Amino acid sequence: MSAISARGLTKRFGRFTAVDQITFDVAAGEVFGFLGANGAGKTTAMKMLVGLLEPTEGEGHVGGFDVRGQRDSIRRNIGYMSQRFSLYGDLTVRENIQLYATIYGLSTAQIVERSTGLLGTLGLSSHANELVGRLPLGWKQKLAFSVALVHQPKIVFLDEPTGGVDPITRRQFWEMIYAAATQGTTVFVTTHYMDEAEYCDRISIMVDGRIAALGTPGELKERFGARSVDDVFVRLARPAAIPASA
Amino acid sequence: MSDSVVVQGLGKRFGDAQALADVSLVVEDGELFGLVGPDGAGKTTLFRILTTLLMPDAGTATVLGLDVVRDLWEIRSRVGYMPGTFSLYPDLSVRENLEFFASVFSTTVERGYDMIAPVYRQLEPFRERRADALSGGMKQKLALSCALVHRPDILLLDEPTTGVDAVSRREFWDQLAALRASGLTIVVSTPYMDEALRCDRVALIQGGRILEIDPPEVIGERYPLPLLAVRGLARHALLLTLREFPHAHSVYPFGEEIHYTDQRAGGDATRIGAELETFLRAKGHQEARAVPAAAGIEDSFMMLMGGGGNRAPRLGVSP
Repeated sequence: MSAISARGLTKRFGRFTAVDQITFDVAAGEVFGFLGANGAGKTTAMKMLVGLLEPTEGEGHVGGFDVRGQRDSIRRNIGYMSQRFSLYGDLTVRENIQLYATIYGLSTAQIVERSTGLLGTLGLSSHANELVGRLPLGWKQKLAFSVALVHQPKIVFLDEPTGGVDPITRRQFWEMIYAAATQGTTVFVTTHYMDEAEYCDRISIMVDGRIAALGTPGELKERFGARSVDDVFVRLARPAAIPASA
Repeated sequence: MSDSVVVQGLGKRFGDAQALADVSLVVEDGELFGLVGPDGAGKTTLFRILTTLLMPDAGTATVLGLDVVRDLWEIRSRVGYMPGTFSLYPDLSVRENLEFFASVFSTTVERGYDMIAPVYRQLEPFRERRADALSGGMKQKLALSCALVHRPDILLLDEPTTGVDAVSRREFWDQLAALRASGLTIVVSTPYMDEALRCDRVALIQGGRILEIDPPEVIGERYPLPLLAVRGLARHALLLTLREFPHAHSVYPFGEEIHYTDQRAGGDATRIGAELETFLRAKGHQEARAVPAAAGIEDSFMMLMGGGGNRAPRLGVSP
């Protein structure tokens, strides 16, 4: 069974169709890159999948739950890390972990165990009592990712998790993604860094509310005769901007 | 011709955070100069000092030959500044925003028109639209038009392409190239390393310090150790295996390849490639290929950050 499936998923705001009949499947344990230009409908599509927006039409399932009738179950069973830093700057590292673990309904014993484990894995044990607001951005992002996984969800949604992060931290972040995927977690990720698109098992590219291309990075490059995902993206997202001969 | 920007020993501290430490650089007249670094590197602090919005704790800086502390009023009237956060009036139309910025500088849109035309023409059909109803790429074009309308002698653009999609970023850099060709001096910051290639020279900045200043192609050439691009299936496993190679300095994913840096300075990259392939075959990566590669800006940046990256991802690496 797919971890995520969308069948003709559509969202209209008044007369404007933000997401227009998108259909795709993400397999369990897959790293799926969800690309598109600004305004192509990525965020709206993602909001429907994580249970924050009711679709206008179509069907969708995430972790076996229906995006229409079971939005609460979806929210409880997925991990989500938003574009901008989603932790509380005026709480300590440990308090943030405990807060999210509590929100997700973990038992006291589990909370103690997970906090200790997570602090150890991140090498943050000696910083457990520091305010998160005082951590460097790269640390915060990695902590936010770990917190999004604190309740051990089967599926995690990451919305531009590496924006503005230095190149070493960006790559360390992707190694954390790989590690999670290797353990069976399904990863659904958006990014503006086209080199990161190459790290995904498969990618989709949204243009004007529709999925214009979907496949492995290698397949898409071959199909479009392009050298990189960046080239594929530019051709699809703004065909008029590129002369036909380019 | 004088230099457009001269910064010497600049320092700025906020509480116990050293935002800038002993920063020195020179931007020549007519140059497209890039400040490349991640969030928190000090790029915005440097821009705020150059635009006279902040005072430095140490060092000096001149813009167009004017001192940023003493001559602030004259600098302000001659600089075009696009701050990192969208700073136009959302409830004014495109036309009203432009007219407002022109009037602040005691001029008119008409008098600045030829200057803004290459950027503004694409926006003109939407001139009665409210700024908050524009797409990300159009907002960016309006902000650039507003920074140009008083015919500045230098443009200072703080992360104009952050959060903007790859297509709009290309278009924006094409416009900067056109402005540069008209003779305007431009200083622009970006966290996207690939954009460094569009600049005449770049300063790599991290943790408030300048790591290197050079033309982008020179920065790659300076890479001190043998670098190879490795391709294979099962990429994550391949990455972990490469880190076990006894001479590995750093191993990083790089698009569809893995960049492997060897510890042996001056080592023959072709021979190292053969050694690596033998090693990888013995570890079950029959299909893996390792070929010598030229270092790019991002390779150099990571090297200069001190990133011997031959380790599992842990916190505690970034300053």
